[in-house]
Amino acid sequence: MKSNRVRNKEGIHYHFMLLPSIVLLAIFSIYPTLGSIMAFKYFDPVKGIWGSPWAGLDHFKMLFQIPEFKQITINTVTISLVKIVLNVSCALAFALLLHEIKLRWFKRSVQTIVYLPFFLSWVILAGIFKDFFSIDGLVNGLVHRISSSHGPTMFFNSDTWFMIIVYVTDVWKGFGFNAIVFLAALTSINPNLYEAADVDGASRWAKLVNITLPSIKGTVVLILILSLQGILSGGFDQIFNLYNPLVYQVADIYDTYIYRMGFQSNQYEFATAVGLFRSAVAFIFILVSQWLAEKYGEYKVF
Amino acid sequence: MGIRLTKSDIITNTIIYSILTMLAVITLVPLLNILAISLSDSAKATAGLVTVYPLGLSWSTYTTIFKDHAILTAAGVSCERVVLALVINMVLVVLASYPLSKSNKTFRFRGVYMWIIIGTMLFGPSIVPMFFTVKDLHMLGTIWALVIPGAVGQFNIILMMNYFRNIPSELEESASIDGAGPWRRLLQIYVPLSLPIMATIALFVVVGNWNAYFDGLIYSMDPKDFPLQTYIQQLVVNYDTTIRDVEQVRSLLAVSNRSLTAAKLVITMIPILLVYPFMQKYFITGIMLGSVKE
Repeated sequence: MKSNRVRNKEGIHYHFMLLPSIVLLAIFSIYPTLGSIMAFKYFDPVKGIWGSPWAGLDHFKMLFQIPEFKQITINTVTISLVKIVLNVSCALAFALLLHEIKLRWFKRSVQTIVYLPFFLSWVILAGIFKDFFSIDGLVNGLVHRISSSHGPTMFFNSDTWFMIIVYVTDVWKGFGFNAIVFLAALTSINPNLYEAADVDGASRWAKLVNITLPSIKGTVVLILILSLQGILSGGFDQIFNLYNPLVYQVADIYDTYIYRMGFQSNQYEFATAVGLFRSAVAFIFILVSQWLAEKYGEYKVF
Repeated sequence: MGIRLTKSDIITNTIIYSILTMLAVITLVPLLNILAISLSDSAKATAGLVTVYPLGLSWSTYTTIFKDHAILTAAGVSCERVVLALVINMVLVVLASYPLSKSNKTFRFRGVYMWIIIGTMLFGPSIVPMFFTVKDLHMLGTIWALVIPGAVGQFNIILMMNYFRNIPSELEESASIDGAGPWRRLLQIYVPLSLPIMATIALFVVVGNWNAYFDGLIYSMDPKDFPLQTYIQQLVVNYDTTIRDVEQVRSLLAVSNRSLTAAKLVITMIPILLVYPFMQKYFITGIMLGSVKE
């Protein structure tokens, strides 16, 4: 009885500790999320989001009619899928190679170097790559030296080259860091398995195929499933900082489109409608991926 | 084991070492290239001859930067932002994680709070209503617009909560018997025992705030208020690429000082390069704690 009262008293302190965070979340997360109701209104800046007149589904009807929206949906999903596949396979390959290394200092040096780009912002990296691939940049300079008849390529203005740059630089930035989870899975493999294989005279390849890969299969599947959550992101920071109107056709994703509609064309309600649609679909992907992860990856989130 | 290397082992090893060395080199080339350009003589840099070492070494770009008020102001805004965000985020994460680390029995409302934290983490607001919220609170153009909306790091709270849970509860019980209340137990037992995870989170907060540019772009009304990354973004991203003619691009590039832009990029990278060695020690365990549990 007494201890119960003590606990209740402590509960009040716990509420006080959580209060600032919850208040901030209510103001800057829950309230603006509810503000997405703007997608169903004709926004009047004077009356604000809540006072503006209702528009029903008008903005959504418009959304599904314009061909741009279809193109952007295709772009977003394609870009994300290609990125997921490339990132996971490159990170996995890198982790497998690094796992074979016995020299500690070499391993550490390589890791230190390849993790670095992950911590640099896309603003900085966009600056670097725009110079790197510019007509006077290193890449065109090297091509020119190899064959001087070849004119400079304007990488950022060509649909194909632009998308190649998006994929390559994304992998470049993340492969080292993404490999961390795989490296952790690799180090937790029971070394007895390898010793037993050595006794049997297994080759390195045989060990890779029969021990290493089956042991980390679960982790790979889990990472792939969890990647589904980000399928509607496509990497806003990267594309926003690299792209230009000439490649909108292939590079525009939901997030960049929302920014342009909302802040450059001032079509606030329309941008919010796209945002709401995106969030709703993304939420389904989150639920599905969590469910799959629990089912196949024996992974519990919280 | 591994003493008698067969011929095929040596070949495989050579291949693996070469590939990994190559990957490290590929990672470094763009970074070294921009550093080399920043240190090169402007004329040589414009001709596109610079690879990974500077041509006609010159520090003039860096001396120019220290006379440039715009970039110094932007760096000041960024520093102010990082310090404020660090203090506010850390206080909030410690305070919120402690009650959440209690069991559902000890703290009955834990489930409700957890639901709010995870719900807002997974289902965030769209940027347009977010912008109007900040606007309605009259925060536009102030440093608070950059610091406060992201002050509650839900992911960090979950990391910290998991760390707190691994601290033996006997420590807390004995302190409780000695008459220490929850605040005292948090500050004198939990916080001192959690320095490694706090360091990880602090570094995440610092890097995240230093690298942020987008909120500066929409919430700062005057370029004077731009943090450094937003300033750089305006500098390198917003130039007109609609021109298809190679000669026109050439003439534009000649006007903009390529070495100077490169130097600004390098300067912006320096804080990350400084904290990076310290981070490396912590972030791997930090990531593992946050991603795969129980």
